[in-house]
Amino acid sequence: MAIFVDQNTKVIVQGLTGGQGKYHGLRNKAYGTQVVAGVTPGKGGTDVEGIPVYNSVAEAVAATGATASFVTVPPKAASAAILEAAAAGISFIVCITEGIPAQDEARTYNTLVRDFPKVRLLGPNCPGIISPGKCNIGITAGEIAELPSASGPNVGIVSRSGTLTYQALYELKQRGIGVSTCVGIGGDPVPGTSFIDCLREFQNDPETHAIIMIGEIGGSAEEEAAEFIKANVTKPMSAYIAGVTAPAGKKMGHAGAIVSGGKGTAQGKMDALRDAGVKVGQNPTEAGSLMAEIVAGLR
Amino acid sequence: MDLFEYQGKQYFARYDIPVSKGDVAVTVDQAVAAADAAGYPVVVKAQVQVGGRGKAGGIKLANNADEVRTHAGNILGMDIKGHVVKRVWVENASDIAEEYYASFTLDRGAKKHLLMLSKEGGVEIEEVAATNPAAILMLHIDPVDGLFAAGAMKAAVDAKIPEKAQQGVADILVKLYRCFVEGDCDLAEINPLILKPTGEVHALDAKVSLDANADFRHPEWEEFKATEELDAREKLAREKGLQYIGLEGTVGIIANGAGLAMSTLDVVNQVGGTAANFLDIGGGANADLMASALEVINSDKAVKSIFINIFGGITRGEEVAKGIVEALGRVDLRAPIVIRLDGTNAEEGRSILANAGIPESKLTSKPTMLEAAEAAVALAK
Repeated sequence: MAIFVDQNTKVIVQGLTGGQGKYHGLRNKAYGTQVVAGVTPGKGGTDVEGIPVYNSVAEAVAATGATASFVTVPPKAASAAILEAAAAGISFIVCITEGIPAQDEARTYNTLVRDFPKVRLLGPNCPGIISPGKCNIGITAGEIAELPSASGPNVGIVSRSGTLTYQALYELKQRGIGVSTCVGIGGDPVPGTSFIDCLREFQNDPETHAIIMIGEIGGSAEEEAAEFIKANVTKPMSAYIAGVTAPAGKKMGHAGAIVSGGKGTAQGKMDALRDAGVKVGQNPTEAGSLMAEIVAGLR
Repeated sequence: MDLFEYQGKQYFARYDIPVSKGDVAVTVDQAVAAADAAGYPVVVKAQVQVGGRGKAGGIKLANNADEVRTHAGNILGMDIKGHVVKRVWVENASDIAEEYYASFTLDRGAKKHLLMLSKEGGVEIEEVAATNPAAILMLHIDPVDGLFAAGAMKAAVDAKIPEKAQQGVADILVKLYRCFVEGDCDLAEINPLILKPTGEVHALDAKVSLDANADFRHPEWEEFKATEELDAREKLAREKGLQYIGLEGTVGIIANGAGLAMSTLDVVNQVGGTAANFLDIGGGANADLMASALEVINSDKAVKSIFINIFGGITRGEEVAKGIVEALGRVDLRAPIVIRLDGTNAEEGRSILANAGIPESKLTSKPTMLEAAEAAVALAK
């Protein structure tokens, strides 16, 4: 078991013929992911190292039965690509594109909610998702993810930040702790998938025994997650929040990472999570050690 | 990107939102000319991106050219909370019957647009929210639906805007919403939104923040960029294409990824140091980027040590190490570097650094984030 994607997930890459799409699409395939097709309008009938390319998502889905899409197209084209995938019957869309205007994100998200309620969008501006040993969609380096052990315990990871997602994977690998699935939800203002969506899945996934959550300043997603954890998550958790020292009013790289009007501070988020029974580390390594203690207790 | 009031008003005018007649001035003579054109009495307003201008003496009423001369002379060059006034906005003074508040933002929690509308304007909206929250109408708008005349009218009624002003407020709400959406604003705020004794509704102030991601479809933003207030370090970083924010401390920071960079600031702080900056070098971390990042950090005289924190995911450790060695050959650094290189092929990377013949006084390598932070902070003391 894993959440959202596994060894049976068939993936198409929208933008496979572009530089980034080709690089990451082929890496994902080399990892063992079932990358079955690419989509680039006007390049149908060609192939990228044996992966067939179609003109539209609908054609690619008809030919391959794919259910997931990896969207790696420029910001201007990303919203249209996401909606095309949804309309063609794709149910899980991973969009790594960085720099999509917030207005486009908000409109696309709400269009999906209204017209395609069963479709899940992960991202935009996220590193993607990896169920180690089974499926890797996005830009995560597969080698830093520890395979889940059949006997457990295994840990689920959910993170708002790219490099800190890798850091979390790495902390677990160094300690030999297996990972069920690692989800990078991305740091943009309107993420398609929230902490809560992932926590719910992890709570219901029999292969996941504990959860690490990596948050950052800005917005209220961590506080909302804390409420959800209190009411619904029984599996043990550790967490880390980046940006304790970030000054108010300055965007810290991510479009979403900003402390404004005294809201969205790291301290407020850490307090909320502690209050929900989550063990909160002061840095990613500490969150890793706390998880090692949790896992030792489960073994 | 935050706009100055005068730019916000110019932006509003593009969407037919009524604003006072006026012009921007950088000299006293220009201010007088602007006042003559706008018609007396006029208000002379300091253009700084900080609240409390009025209390600091940055907003003055002038009845004639001599008074404009006096006030503009005093306000230009004035320091308001660390912001030096370079421009004033001079506009025809409005008679005010009532003051309201209106703004549109994106509510990230609800993932919808949020209209905030209140008949209690002219004061900080946070203050109204704290003392009299019932006086603010908070209305979520589905971006797919948008906001049109009927919805805007209902909002004006629900916010208990007096009947005589409802139509005028509703008209402006529709225009302000268009400005917010089509104009790609993160925030479009009017405070105060005034009712004149003559019955017209009118934007007396403008607070606009633009979404930099939408830059590609707004060629008209070019002129706003020219006046953006960045410090010298931030300007250099932008030219080099780096995500950089200047801070006050002594440890220069370079990290790959926004989250890791924030985390690096935190760890430096935890071990008793202070960061001189936030710098996200991005996923690539090649020699060119590294050299640019080091150049920017090197231009900051407060920097006493440099902490490079790289986690190799797709970027392999040995590539990062080669980049650093090459960059060190191109930039003559004043401060010593402490590096933490971890992740994919980190050991190969560390051995490249160790065998590059760089003296330890210039570069030390530490295996973990915490140890590296401690070393960098010790060097900065």
